[in-house]
Amino acid sequence: MSPSVQATSGATQRPVAVVDIGTGNVGSVINMVRRAGGEAVVATTPDEVERGGGVVLPGVGHWDSAVAMLRQTGVGEAIVTTAQRGTPVLGICLGMQLLLESSEEGRLDGLGLVPGRNVRFDLSQVPTGRHRLKVPHMGWNLVQPSRHDPLLAELDEQSRFYFVHSFHADGIDPGDALLRAWHGYEFVCGIRQGNVTGVQFHPEKSHRFGLQLMTNWLAA
Amino acid sequence: MLRTRVMPCLLLEGQGLVKTVRFAKPRYIGDAINSARIFNQMEVDELILLDIGATGSPDLQHELLTHIVSECFMPICYGGGVRTVADFRRVFRAGVEKVSVSRAAFEAPEEVARAVSMFGSQSVVATLDVRRGRFRREYAVHIDRGRRRIPGTLAEVVDRVAALGVGEIIVNNIDREGTWSGFDLDLVSAVSARVDVPVVAMGGAGTLNDIAMVVREAGASAVAIGSMAVMQAKEMGVLINFPTIRELEGVLP
Repeated sequence: MSPSVQATSGATQRPVAVVDIGTGNVGSVINMVRRAGGEAVVATTPDEVERGGGVVLPGVGHWDSAVAMLRQTGVGEAIVTTAQRGTPVLGICLGMQLLLESSEEGRLDGLGLVPGRNVRFDLSQVPTGRHRLKVPHMGWNLVQPSRHDPLLAELDEQSRFYFVHSFHADGIDPGDALLRAWHGYEFVCGIRQGNVTGVQFHPEKSHRFGLQLMTNWLAA
Repeated sequence: MLRTRVMPCLLLEGQGLVKTVRFAKPRYIGDAINSARIFNQMEVDELILLDIGATGSPDLQHELLTHIVSECFMPICYGGGVRTVADFRRVFRAGVEKVSVSRAAFEAPEEVARAVSMFGSQSVVATLDVRRGRFRREYAVHIDRGRRRIPGTLAEVVDRVAALGVGEIIVNNIDREGTWSGFDLDLVSAVSARVDVPVVAMGGAGTLNDIAMVVREAGASAVAIGSMAVMQAKEMGVLINFPTIRELEGVLP
């Protein structure tokens, strides 16, 4: 039941900075980092972000208000600087979306660490049966790896993750795609470009599957 | 493919859990933190926690909520006494993903709509407690533990609530609650056909077949089970209990 990979290096050397921009579910992320063998602290200022051995950007809520908070606090810039220095960055849910360039949900620019944009689920072309697909895409779904990656160690086709979102990544370079899921059609639900990783689902709410992913990320 | 969520619904009264029948006869089930821990070990899809004793100050239970959340690596939906944006924020701060409103959707709709725009529709859930009228036998939504009726037809009330932008609607039939007699398929169908957001069926689960029926026949996106999750069988002893993934996969589409 417990993950076999132990976090020993990388992001665990200094506590992971979990970015709090007011709407994200910071407590659950910190609980999960700790359960995965790491240490985590809340980060609300650029300094605190830059001090992190790794940075987690969780997030729920609206695109524009999140971008505005990242700008006002200077935290957005700190995340970009920290990422460019090679520190592991993990975006979760809206946090993953924010790593991209733009979103149909708002007008402001994202952090642009990974090329791509976010679009609303368009199920208009999906045949409707008795089990009409709904938006938000809310619940547990299976994911498909887009490539071999140490971040996916010990996960398999039965691994399920908790999703809740109405927008999804689009226009992702195949080289940056990490995971895909299906909701009416296939979409990219995980991205990775070097030290910058994003997942659309909530590892902190995905039982031992999320714990495994978090453990892998801490070890990477 | 999205798996159909099946989730225990726990009723909090003070620090303990209770189970009611048709919103009455609360029976003590056990310690809330311990029960949440067991459901976490069972890897249930999600936990619904409704504080039926809350009258408008969710911060009273903040410590308990924080403790429960720290035991749970799964989504939690909390309902009870949330009315203002500040209330929403306090509950989210405790680490809860979703806040359910019932009374506030009618008495403070502008606050609920503001919460939707601040925290996102996926974080705000409306719970509709419904029963048929005694004389005209038409569905009516109730608040205040079933004591007060909201004027308007079911369709009108559902439209009003959906217009607030909530990301999910829990539909409960008060007269089935705690009875193990199966879900109200007509009620769930009526609501799920009317809205685009996911509808969670609640009230009446007694067997795996009940769960399968409400998903297959009534279009429920998810299912909440109360008595089935905390009791051995109807009129029997307390036992934290949950269908296994294998059992659920055997009956769900």
